[in-house]
Amino acid sequence: MIPLQAVAIGLVALGGLAVVAARDPLRQALVLGVYGLTLVVLFVVLQAPDVALSELVVSTVAFPFILLTALAKMRDRE
Amino acid sequence: MSRRARLGVVGVSSCVLAGLFVWALTGLPRFGEFQGQYGRILNGVAGSERHVTNVVAAIVFDYRGFDTLGEEFILFAAVMAVALLLREARSGEERRVDEVRSDVVRAVGLFAVGPTVVLGLYVVAHGYLTPGGGFQGGVATAGGLVLLYAAGRYRAYRAASPKALVGVAEGTGVGAYAAVGIASLIAGAAFLANDLALGVKGTLASGGTIPILNASSALAVTAACVLIFHEFLEELMTP
Repeated sequence: MIPLQAVAIGLVALGGLAVVAARDPLRQALVLGVYGLTLVVLFVVLQAPDVALSELVVSTVAFPFILLTALAKMRDRE
Repeated sequence: MSRRARLGVVGVSSCVLAGLFVWALTGLPRFGEFQGQYGRILNGVAGSERHVTNVVAAIVFDYRGFDTLGEEFILFAAVMAVALLLREARSGEERRVDEVRSDVVRAVGLFAVGPTVVLGLYVVAHGYLTPGGGFQGGVATAGGLVLLYAAGRYRAYRAASPKALVGVAEGTGVGAYAAVGIASLIAGAAFLANDLALGVKGTLASGGTIPILNASSALAVTAACVLIFHEFLEELMTP
């Protein structure tokens, strides 16, 4: 494992912890997007660009959109 | 159960789990060691057999093309389920306040619409030459469109992607994928077997059926994302 890979894996671990530690769902959704970006970095560093692109579009477009609209809808109800 | 007993159970089971975990770690192959024989074979033959430079695309749209057809249908079913679950149960009254108040957000967001859509289409078009493909590019294209709502207005998003048209695109994308497979059956070959000229490796005109399958899956994925976004936004905008 080269240092760059170790750093990328460390970032993913920190990101995962941050997602779990965020209590407010709205904040958690945003932290989740950042966590997805750390995964993208890890996949690029491990030379898996196809997977990195998939992770990028899922974690920055599709997933946050669905989470945020659902959260906004729930706030309407309250 | 008392607090102490619970802590005891947690402590004992954590120790057992940690032990098993460490035991499993010692048995793992070394970091970066790849043991998949199938992957090595495909890396060796995909370039000469299918004339594509992105082996992943050759796997997704040829060697494992049937799996991808299944995934297309999964996505199709998911969109249908979302549309069915969120079908008209709304008052019809549209929310009035839909303005993006920050000029910066509006300017940067709307400026990013064009580049994001072009990037998505680029990732689709070069999917079998460089990393990317129908799925990644399709979601990115839909993401560019949804910026119209996020940085602009709901109506702009709705006008840019008429639901009826996107619905037809969704069906066409999934149908075209299956049609390529059936066409090869009619031609007397196996399902999804390539029967077209392979072209010059490294150019857009290469890969035989792969560009067609790539484009049809891109159409299906883009339309699926746009439709799902539509349903969710409608839920939000017409409370």
